[in-house]
Amino acid sequence: MNFFLTIVLDGLIQASWLFIVALGLTLVFGVLKILNIAHGSFYALGAYIAATAVTMVAARGLPPSVGFVAMLLSVALIASAVGLLLERGLLKMFYGRDEVVLLLVTYAVFLILEDVTKLIWGVNPIYATQPYELFGNLEFAGLYYVGYDLVLIPISALIGFAIWFGLNRTVIGKIVLAVIHNEEMSVSMGVRVNRVYAIAFAFGVLLAALAGALTAPKISMQPGLSSDVIILSFAIVVIGGLGSVEGAAVGAILVGLARAASVHLMPQAELFMIYLIMAAVLMFRPEGLFKRETARRI
Amino acid sequence: MKKDLHPLAMIAVIAGVTLFGRVLPTWTLSLATIAASNALIALGIVVLARTGNVSFGQGLFFAAGGYGVALIANAWGLTDAVAQVIVGAACGGLLGLVIGPLIARYSGIFFGMLTLALSMVFYGALVKSTALGGSDGFNVGRPSLFGMTFTDPREADFMLYAVSVIVTGLAGIGATFLFRSEFGLASLAVRENNLRVEYLGLSANRIISINFLIAAIFAGASGAFALMAQRHIDPQFAYWTTSGEFVFVAVLAGNQSVAAVFVASMALELVRSFSNLYLPNTWQLVLGVFLLGVILFLPRGIGSLWIRDRRKRRISATAPLTAERGAAP
Repeated sequence: MNFFLTIVLDGLIQASWLFIVALGLTLVFGVLKILNIAHGSFYALGAYIAATAVTMVAARGLPPSVGFVAMLLSVALIASAVGLLLERGLLKMFYGRDEVVLLLVTYAVFLILEDVTKLIWGVNPIYATQPYELFGNLEFAGLYYVGYDLVLIPISALIGFAIWFGLNRTVIGKIVLAVIHNEEMSVSMGVRVNRVYAIAFAFGVLLAALAGALTAPKISMQPGLSSDVIILSFAIVVIGGLGSVEGAAVGAILVGLARAASVHLMPQAELFMIYLIMAAVLMFRPEGLFKRETARRI
Repeated sequence: MKKDLHPLAMIAVIAGVTLFGRVLPTWTLSLATIAASNALIALGIVVLARTGNVSFGQGLFFAAGGYGVALIANAWGLTDAVAQVIVGAACGGLLGLVIGPLIARYSGIFFGMLTLALSMVFYGALVKSTALGGSDGFNVGRPSLFGMTFTDPREADFMLYAVSVIVTGLAGIGATFLFRSEFGLASLAVRENNLRVEYLGLSANRIISINFLIAAIFAGASGAFALMAQRHIDPQFAYWTTSGEFVFVAVLAGNQSVAAVFVASMALELVRSFSNLYLPNTWQLVLGVFLLGVILFLPRGIGSLWIRDRRKRRISATAPLTAERGAAP
């Protein structure tokens, strides 16, 4: 029983940050119809910026709670700026081209960002462990957990709820949904689709970077981080259905649990398991678990 | 259609390029070997792309070919280069035969994602299989050719260069024939409108499966070359960034000309080795900018540099027709 609980809790901790990353990916796909390969790079960017912020705060002798706030703020600021800049400066030029072409454009962005992070932060591992002790250790059903890990679960649930609420219960969200549903009609109704695009993309980047920042204290930042994360978040959104918030949540929990279960039961099968789930979902429900049926041949 | 080079002339070109290897310096020789091998797999992607589907998981067949050859070479002492290429192609082809019909139902992004997922399943399995050396992989011996062994490294490099250029060249000739054939034209029609193809009595899925099989065979053979050139194999063969590079070459080449694939592959290798030399740690940046530039300014690939004019003339001649076609749903 305890063993089972360990797997579930570990899985949920994994799922919490994966969900935030996947949410950004699925939002960008829903609005802009771009499957963003560079999404993992934004995650890595967030993690690196967070590490810098934390280290700078710690060097001034301030408490880790200040570092925690500083890292979230700096990441939010820089990531939204980077997102807006990329969408307005680069992606805009390729709208109307084939989906696969846009995929390649984001692949090029991935390649570029990969080296940019190397140029800025070097190739050696970077750590930002100070905020990790922020919430102490907690005992839960006879198991000891780092408080920070457990705090991630409500944080991501909160973010997920905020996105769901924003999309479904506010005017701006309704406008975004309208653009997702039918861009042409939205334009003719007076929606500034360009602005929605820019904001949605920036928001997607923000979410990825935020997830990076939140996990930064747990991991070591080094090259290759982005390609691992993008592969996981691809699997999540494909399992849940591209463009679906609920799907991202279910996908993240599935992938998180699969990862945790294979780490505890069969460490040799981790990546294999996740992609097996993804391939199986694609075989039987190519639209993903949560996508409404469309007449279009996929 | 394109200006058609006579097949015999194309064979002469291959022979010329092969003999040219005698005067190339050693570093260019191994570079050209890798370029030819990458061109082969990218050619497969181009073949498949003519049906409108881009595979982001050719690394799967690349690795299957490589591992198949490596295992057989180590178990039974098969070192002949030509035999290894055939084994690699067979391994890739067998896998393609199984997977092709399964994923021919999908198109666009889902096709790409599914191929990527399958290659990552394979990658995940390879990394964790200790019998195959896990993430470190394992080594294989130097290849021989028709009973001859090559102790002089320069001779060995040239042999490999010759075999890869000839095989890739022959594949290129085959692809040219394929593109002009009825089947090749039907493949293009699948990209334009698969429903109409079905109404014409052809099976779009079948056409995609066969093109997929061809791409898989090319990728398997290419994996054999990569193995022979490095004499080492590891799961990186199946990682998605490896597949991404092959798609890169295919995009660079565009789908108008077989020769463009070779030029693009060589260009990529040159860019890579020069930026490795002069700008260490930034070659991916150079590559990314290069890719963006090609997509932006040469949307039809570098092949359009030398066949654009003819196309323009043709399009202007048929402009009213295309305009009308564009308006129809």
